[in-house]
Amino acid sequence: MATSSDLPFFLLLTVVKVVLVLVVLLTAIAYAVWVERKVVAHLQSRWGPYRVGPHGLLQPVADGLKFLFKEDILPREVDKVVYFLAPFIAFTLAFASIATIPFGESITLGGHRIPFEITNLNVGLLYVLAVTSLGVYGVALAGWSSNSKFPLLGGLRSSAQMISYELALGLAVVGVVMVSGSLSLREIVTYQHGLWNIIRQPVGFLLYFTAAIAETNRTPFDLPEAESELVGGFHTEYSSFKFAMFFIAEYANILTVSCLATLLFFGGWLGPVFGPPIVRALLGVFWFCAKVFCFLFVYIWIRGTLPRFRYDQLMAFGWRFLLPVGLLNVLATSLIVAWRAA
Amino acid sequence: MAPLFYIFAAVAILAGLSVVLQRTPVYSALSLIVVLCSLAVIYLLLGAEFLAVVQVIVYAGAIMVLFVLVIMLLNARREAPTAGSAMARRWGVPLLAVFMGEILFAIWGRYAGAAAPAAQAFDGSPRAVGELMFRNYVLPFEVTSVLILVAVLGAVVLAKKQL
Repeated sequence: MATSSDLPFFLLLTVVKVVLVLVVLLTAIAYAVWVERKVVAHLQSRWGPYRVGPHGLLQPVADGLKFLFKEDILPREVDKVVYFLAPFIAFTLAFASIATIPFGESITLGGHRIPFEITNLNVGLLYVLAVTSLGVYGVALAGWSSNSKFPLLGGLRSSAQMISYELALGLAVVGVVMVSGSLSLREIVTYQHGLWNIIRQPVGFLLYFTAAIAETNRTPFDLPEAESELVGGFHTEYSSFKFAMFFIAEYANILTVSCLATLLFFGGWLGPVFGPPIVRALLGVFWFCAKVFCFLFVYIWIRGTLPRFRYDQLMAFGWRFLLPVGLLNVLATSLIVAWRAA
Repeated sequence: MAPLFYIFAAVAILAGLSVVLQRTPVYSALSLIVVLCSLAVIYLLLGAEFLAVVQVIVYAGAIMVLFVLVIMLLNARREAPTAGSAMARRWGVPLLAVFMGEILFAIWGRYAGAAAPAAQAFDGSPRAVGELMFRNYVLPFEVTSVLILVAVLGAVVLAKKQL
């Protein structure tokens, strides 16, 4: 929401923000991949990427160029329209979900108050959930359109998994929404002044964290692309930049759920700030990024530590454990909220 | 806002036609998702943000995912014409025309000459929707949820040979 009424300024500001956020996000994704390879390598007593640039820092650039120059193979008998559409769906939705995520408070530039987000929606949280709930189409359609058994199995598995764990994710978030009394991400963060929601909603956080790992198809829940059983899962038949789009979408989703975890449970951009207003605002953004990075690290740490679940264990865990615990958490939270209000 | 409305209304209608006319079930399902999302945008233009998002979560994100999943599991490809197709072709279009005419007649009789209802004359926030649902319409709401529960139980009983 622009405080100024002039439309051209608002449009220009929005375009600048969108471009800026996309550039930052793409860079963050490229280096998230680098961090992942490095951290996993060190967890396994290896060096990881080391040749391209100092400590392999230019590895993401090399990988990106390689993806661009690879031959784009179109397997026979694929459903062409859906085969082309699927990576675009995955890619677009992964980036659309970042639109309502606030990174910091706001800065005042030339008399205009500029908040650190692309747009503020009073149902921002639900918007993110809605967009991520559509993300399953990219995976499911990729698996189906490839007309090959391993991608189909991978697509089916991952659709089933994402639908199941979305419920747990939603229930985990309901607790936070009830405590804060708002669906706006900005208001949820402002509510956490002094006490982060992780203290108020510890069970909710554990639920969210577990479900988020499953939702983004990461180890130990990476059944959709279990290499030993399914070759590469839903994207087996994809090559070149279409494969890169799935890859980028996956990491964008990881960043989104990390951002959401930071906003919902760890006070977003709140942290010790000092100095003139502009430094305060930028320090807020710094705290936000630092918290998101911690989440990313824990994600990778878990990947390097835990073995993969069996598929039936995964579904049983989602439906017989996470879902009931989520329902109980909602019940307990609502009783507390009602008791406080009375 | 008016141009946006016409764009998305046109998208919704075209995608709706595509749902019916496509021969491949997956394309029909995908077109239906486009219809649902265009409707969500129209809700958004009316200021009903909550309804728009819920529309996407529930219909596009949950129900249609199950549809697509079933189509994928059955691996349904292009539909082959059956004995019923000829009859549908002969009678379908005239019956559809009669039905559409009836709807148009009803709408015309009720709204001809009346001004279009003003947009944003209502409160579409989650709080307002929640209060309506849990104060004014709490009985229909609960009855609906019991009905859905019955349907779920029925589906389980039908699907499981042995319980």
